[in-house]
Amino acid sequence: MVAGTLTSGGRSFERSPLSRLPDRALRWTLTGLAAAILVLIAYFFIRLYDEAQPVFTKYGVFDFVFSNAWVPSQGQFGALPLVVGTLVTSALALLIGVPVAVASALYVTELAPRRVRQPLIILVELLAAVPSVVYGLWGVFVLIPKLKPVEQWISDTFGFLPFVGGDVAGPNYFIAGLILAIMILPIVSAISREVIATVPVEHKEAALALGATRWEMIRMAILPYARAGISGAAMLGLGRAIGETIAATLVIGNAPEIAHSIFGQGYTLAAVIANEFGEAASDETHRAALIAAGLVLFVLTLFVNFLARYFVLRSERTR
Amino acid sequence: MTALAPISSRRRAKDRAMRAVLLVGTLVALVPLVLVVYYLLQKGLGSLSWSFFTTDPTGRFLGDPGGIKSAIVGTILIVGLASVIAVPVGIGVALYLVEYGKKSAFANAVRYFVDVMTGVPSIVFGLFIYIVLVLSGVGGSFAGWKGSIALSLLMLPVVTRSAEVVLNLVPDGLREAALALGAPRWRVVTRIVLPTAFGGLMTGSLLAVARGAGETAPLLFTAFAVNATTWDLGSQMNSLPIQIFNDVRQAQTNIVERAWGSALTLVGMVLILTLIARLIQRRSRIA
Amino acid sequence: MSTEPSQRQRDEADTARRFEPAERPVPAVEPAAQPAGTVARTIEIDGLRAFYGDNEAVKGVSLTYEANRVTAMIGPSGCGKSTLVRCINRMHEEIPGAKAEGKITLDGVDIYGNGVDVVSVRRQIGMVFQKPNPFPTMSVFDNVAAGLRLTGKRGDVKDRVERSLRGAGLWDEVKDRLGEPGIGLSGGQQQRLCIARTIAVEPEVILMDEPCSALDPVATLKIEELIEELKQHYTIVIVTHNMQQAARIADKTAFMLLGELVEFAPTSKIFTNPDDSRTEEYVTGKFG
Repeated sequence: MVAGTLTSGGRSFERSPLSRLPDRALRWTLTGLAAAILVLIAYFFIRLYDEAQPVFTKYGVFDFVFSNAWVPSQGQFGALPLVVGTLVTSALALLIGVPVAVASALYVTELAPRRVRQPLIILVELLAAVPSVVYGLWGVFVLIPKLKPVEQWISDTFGFLPFVGGDVAGPNYFIAGLILAIMILPIVSAISREVIATVPVEHKEAALALGATRWEMIRMAILPYARAGISGAAMLGLGRAIGETIAATLVIGNAPEIAHSIFGQGYTLAAVIANEFGEAASDETHRAALIAAGLVLFVLTLFVNFLARYFVLRSERTR
Repeated sequence: MTALAPISSRRRAKDRAMRAVLLVGTLVALVPLVLVVYYLLQKGLGSLSWSFFTTDPTGRFLGDPGGIKSAIVGTILIVGLASVIAVPVGIGVALYLVEYGKKSAFANAVRYFVDVMTGVPSIVFGLFIYIVLVLSGVGGSFAGWKGSIALSLLMLPVVTRSAEVVLNLVPDGLREAALALGAPRWRVVTRIVLPTAFGGLMTGSLLAVARGAGETAPLLFTAFAVNATTWDLGSQMNSLPIQIFNDVRQAQTNIVERAWGSALTLVGMVLILTLIARLIQRRSRIA
Repeated sequence: MSTEPSQRQRDEADTARRFEPAERPVPAVEPAAQPAGTVARTIEIDGLRAFYGDNEAVKGVSLTYEANRVTAMIGPSGCGKSTLVRCINRMHEEIPGAKAEGKITLDGVDIYGNGVDVVSVRRQIGMVFQKPNPFPTMSVFDNVAAGLRLTGKRGDVKDRVERSLRGAGLWDEVKDRLGEPGIGLSGGQQQRLCIARTIAVEPEVILMDEPCSALDPVATLKIEELIEELKQHYTIVIVTHNMQQAARIADKTAFMLLGELVEFAPTSKIFTNPDDSRTEEYVTGKFG
């Protein structure tokens, strides 16, 4: 209908049903896609839980997670060593990775000369571009041999500390934690950078105007303000570390027991799935146990990410 | 707050020390990158050759291990199919969120679950597809396309997240202008919003593809691995990450050498994709 | 009876002179050829109420925009004049949570009636915005043609584009640059480009929401000349916070305050002898 022509008896504001069709088609297609996401996640959970059922009925969820006996050949599936391994390596990753990430974020945002800022940011981002299997390869053939003497020295010198001491195995918790730390650096650093950049200029100026040194300004104006956001960033890094499979399984030793030192071998939830899936194909219980491990892993990451979002949201709300 | 005492040498020293600490921290963050690149080049360059890229792995432990042709072909095919699925669907979901759902409860729920998806460990995606597609025997057991689906699940939230940001950057004034001219909404989306956001959408998608190309875990029990090159996505298929993963666990030096060469190739592919993505971003109009 | 003008009459004469449009050169604009069958229409607003969520921004306004006239909407910020105008082409409801009630008729047909398609309303009531918004991915030519293409017209649009650019007084300046990006033009040219884009679809009515507020005085003047020309073919409603502008170009002026229509009268009356004291306070600059 051309605008402006008179239709006899007055104008109308209608369009043919055919011309209104594309609008509805597009709207419904896109809405359908969005709804599919919700359906997908729900289905996710349901199927995983279903397949893990045999193991849960045999042991009960609590026993599965907290029994310290993972011996598939004897049909024992207590996942505690896996859970401990996951938590220990992730904790190590946080311990090593978060300070470094925050330090680099602070440096890049507050101290670096302007021209160096962007290149530095790009370099840290490049760490994220390296596939995890390549980190694993590098960890096995470079990190482990090169660090073994250092680890042995630490183990001998600080053997009185809990969890340190004894023989250093090649692949161990520490190396795994170290590699995970490297892998979470980019994400923790990027989010910390964002959080630090949103500290209002007035807070920083107030500190500087009082005669604070650069570091004092950081300590007084930035860190308190950015604390919640940085915690959120750390939580996100934690989530990433918990779920990392390939690099971890290559460097942790894949021993289903809880070692006494960080230089001992261990196992993680993700690694056990990657390693044992081939043999478990035929054994229903074993397979169910691995799927149950996957479910525990999924729930863990859900929980951590939920915490992360809570922290980041809180930091945004205080602005 | 009382004024600080005049700068004592102690405060000055502390300031200098902490600045040094932060600088050292930053350098420490870069050390792994340097070391990885160094060793990749040192140990991997030697393996690269024409035959490296054009022969398949032989599967033999002794003697000639062969090249990685099937792995390269497999990666390109599997990641290609995954992208064909993940990019349109991901952008579609983002379009819904920005153009139609906006701040409704449903849209917020979708946003939340997309966020949830970004946190799911990659191996859990593989597990899910294994249960749903492999165990149930849909279309045979292991197959390349099943690996693609697992990968696309991983890539989808990455695409959606970045696409939503880019689409929100399209100024509302443009949508208003188009609507005020009497354009139906679907034309506003296809003729105005998408072309304006195109560069940013491409960047986000390429970065998601680069991420997917490097993933191993989702392919472990979906596409599985074979040595021979196959162009049939319906059969088991090799891929670079899986090839590297298997090779790392072998003892033979020439197989390990092949692993380094494959790793260099894979990192090279990922870097090229990332570079193209960033170049597009530079030249794009909004993002 | 005294033949001396009283003090009051002298004051009124002074005010009238102050607001009289200055002499302007004849605009160098070719009138657009009148498309056959186009007759500019009358808009009647009856009891319009507009809301943002629970907040009532327009509180029951009724008025009539006469055909082929320029009507100005003035008032302080937040008085509802923009909201009201956006209800006329039903853009108001595009904002999440916004709604409108009441009756607005274009030549007797209620655009808020049942079965009315919003898209076709907007093809007959065009809008020019405060900030010029040419489409960044399109050339000058494509920008003007955009309205035609977005509403489904196929085929050759060259004639329509040229006519619209002439009608917007932009043809001479861009006829050699039709392929260049639309955003490469100056601010004033961009706004005239947007006007060309609007008139290319041949609406009945053109709504203008503070079209000159982002432009410099020279560009503003050019657009005001254009509006004088355009009113021969379209009914024009212009929202403005610049009272001198309203006095220069509008035939009738409506003054709104806090969502209500305070006074609606011929422009000269509003600015020289308003009925309502609030109107007088606003136009003499006591507030706003």
